[in-house]
Amino acid sequence: MNSNRRSNSKQYLNLYFQIHQPRRLKNFHFFDIGSNGSYFDDELNKDILARVARNCYLPMNKLLLRLIKKYPQIRITFSITGVALDQLQKHASAVVDSFRALAATGAVEFLGETYYHSLSFLINRTEFATQIEKHREKIIELFGIQPVTFRNTELAYSDAIGTVVCDLGFKGIYLDGIDSILHGRSPNYLYKHPLSDLVLIPRNYRLSDDIAFRYADKNWVSWPLTAKTFVSWLKSIPNEENFICLGIDYETFGEHQMAQDGIFEFMEDVISSVAKLKQFGFATPTEAIKFLPATDAISTTKVISWADQARDLSAWVGNDMQRDAFDTLMKLYPKVMNTSNEAFINTYRHLQTSDHFYYMSTKKDEDGDVHQYFSPYSSPYEAFMNYMNVLADVELRIRNLQAKLNQKTKLERRSRPDINLLLKRKGLVK
Amino acid sequence: MFGWEFPPHISGGLGTACYGLTQSLMEENTEILFVVPKAHGDENFSLINASEILVQTSVEETTATTPAHGKANELVEINVSSFIAPYTNVEWWDETKTIQNWNYEFPSHTLKEVRVTGGKRYEFTGTYGSALLDEVERYGEVAAAIAKQHSFDVIHAHDWLTYPAGIESKKVSGKPLVVHVHATEFDRAGEKNVNSKVFEIERSGMEAADKVVAVSQLTKDIIVSKYHINKNKVVVIHNGIIRKEKDTFKILPKISEQVVTFLGRITYQKGPQYFVDAARKVLAHFPNVHFVMAGSGDLLPSMIERVAQWRMSSHFHFTGFLKGSQTQQLWSVSDIYVMPSVSEPFGITPLEAIQAGVPVIVSNQSGVSEVMDHAIKVDFWDTDKLASAIMNVLQHKALSRSLKVNSKKELNLLTWNRAAKKINTLYHELQQTK
Repeated sequence: MNSNRRSNSKQYLNLYFQIHQPRRLKNFHFFDIGSNGSYFDDELNKDILARVARNCYLPMNKLLLRLIKKYPQIRITFSITGVALDQLQKHASAVVDSFRALAATGAVEFLGETYYHSLSFLINRTEFATQIEKHREKIIELFGIQPVTFRNTELAYSDAIGTVVCDLGFKGIYLDGIDSILHGRSPNYLYKHPLSDLVLIPRNYRLSDDIAFRYADKNWVSWPLTAKTFVSWLKSIPNEENFICLGIDYETFGEHQMAQDGIFEFMEDVISSVAKLKQFGFATPTEAIKFLPATDAISTTKVISWADQARDLSAWVGNDMQRDAFDTLMKLYPKVMNTSNEAFINTYRHLQTSDHFYYMSTKKDEDGDVHQYFSPYSSPYEAFMNYMNVLADVELRIRNLQAKLNQKTKLERRSRPDINLLLKRKGLVK
Repeated sequence: MFGWEFPPHISGGLGTACYGLTQSLMEENTEILFVVPKAHGDENFSLINASEILVQTSVEETTATTPAHGKANELVEINVSSFIAPYTNVEWWDETKTIQNWNYEFPSHTLKEVRVTGGKRYEFTGTYGSALLDEVERYGEVAAAIAKQHSFDVIHAHDWLTYPAGIESKKVSGKPLVVHVHATEFDRAGEKNVNSKVFEIERSGMEAADKVVAVSQLTKDIIVSKYHINKNKVVVIHNGIIRKEKDTFKILPKISEQVVTFLGRITYQKGPQYFVDAARKVLAHFPNVHFVMAGSGDLLPSMIERVAQWRMSSHFHFTGFLKGSQTQQLWSVSDIYVMPSVSEPFGITPLEAIQAGVPVIVSNQSGVSEVMDHAIKVDFWDTDKLASAIMNVLQHKALSRSLKVNSKKELNLLTWNRAAKKINTLYHELQQTK
């Protein structure tokens, strides 16, 4: 409807893709507590990674690289968790190479986030900052790019999170453009944090979910969705709404949505059609922050996210099992840190990965289906029992490490002569 | 003798009791033909496998052929195949499906009938699946065929699953029938959830029987009051315990200085919620105690939720169904065993705990409490008392020690030989009255 009345300003499409693979736990029985065994099912993780690399990461990266070569104005934004990168390096290094090739085009931005895709913002600021720093180092090491825009685990966001992220030096942060925080405003603008210079980047969840969730849904009125239709929706967005973010799990391409349903051709079509439109441009968040104004502030004291219908933290800490498990995890924090054992601390941080809690959700209906789709367990109760057995083992390990440490200090004390006692004996002090 | 399960393929106490009893009866020179719906072939002695029994397509002309004949004085287990939940309501299984990996095996839904030349045979599962009632009925059909094939003096049927089999073989042979009540539907389902079909099978079995054996006075009282059976026909014979050889098992590290254990099916009958409630009260005073709930069942999810709701998960561990030597491993790290059963006809697990050197607390609503002086007994609903009993045993080493020592002595009297002698006497009486 706006096509006949073009304004001078362009509209920018931001394509943000999320890449994450948790390090799934192995079946850790009660009788495994204290066995000194590993917590992770790295065979399973390797298999899943190999499959996703074959179905999604490699073909989609190849496709994007080809498109960027053809249309250099294309911009892509990636958010890759540290846990995913570790596993890719170990089990599918070709994928890392293909991300490097994309990084070399200069058309790609990598976002900052917590290394472990964790809920560490709920633990404490130090832990949150430590994991972000660890991730930053990893991105620099692999891609030579310094992340300046942030996206928290599952787009968890609140004013307080924004403040911390701004303090850590980030210029912008992603959040889900949901109605409860926009209050009737459009998600298709940049906004600002109420108290700082941090730019808030809302995801257009409707358009994003049209691809991520509804693309192959035969009961959806718009099924089958064609690139032409989707582009017409983009074009129908009023001209003044200058920033459209499609934030999508990268695994959507070839994993959640199958290749045989035409998801690759669809995406290729959408991206090249937009590239041909004069009205549209592409932007990374850093570019968008540079050329687009962010005037209006968005504020939310409650933590929001992009998950489930509720768009809050209930996907991870919504029921009693999840809360008790998270409380238990949190209580272990100081004890784990006190061990100063780097490998052990790293293991503990892997247990913070949000997916472990996601599997414990008892939500029903559509939300429940999505949780179940991702879960390696046949029920949330199994996920819970397994996780708690692992935490019990962590607790036992702490006790053993502590006992060893005490033993050591005792021995050291014994071997060191007590100066005061010596002086006293010599009558030098009273 | 008709049974439903036999070690090592058991899901509850029934198979263990049948094993203990048959062993001791054989020592008394009683010859036993033991029939099961499905024999697995790895049992300690040969069983008659009902799944291999040929049944003529018309019941009137039923004959049976038994492949394996036992020698004299040897137990022959006969294996007939089956489905039904003796320990649970059929509806429960739908809910437990989500925790199946921690649970029993789930059999297929229909009883398989195999047509062969000269008749047909049933492929029983011998488990407790959704077609259990169907299996129980067919088991009876096969029993009639077996009765024609073999000669025997007394028929002994263990629990309702085998009563139709007992009745059918009595019809064919005219021999006296003993039904052995290890549990009633009132114990398993609770007063409000009694399955009328199961109740009816139990009642008709007790009616048809010449003698009814109850595993405790508690069970006899139920038989007399709920099934209206003449009390003179019901004999109380308490179970015994099989001496366990010292097992070797992997040493388990102790998760805490003090571990309190529940071990059993996590179902209404076993009162798991009273254990959880007592745990909460204990933790208020003794924050370092850990609790273990071992086993599986339809109430497992709600127990997990209850524990999480009270934020006790870091001190409360769920093991799922125990296999192999895991039970022994668990005893080795337990300081107390609690059996808060709502209605327990006998309850063999406390005896196993005592044997492993673990002091026990049992509910007054258990048959085993009738024969144990050196156990702490509380009413299942009284979680205050249960909690304080747990704290007392944990706190007072002398109490814990004397419970251990004295209850172990008591165990020496609770043998299957004693039970077998009583049953043998009963057999002789029945033969004389004929």
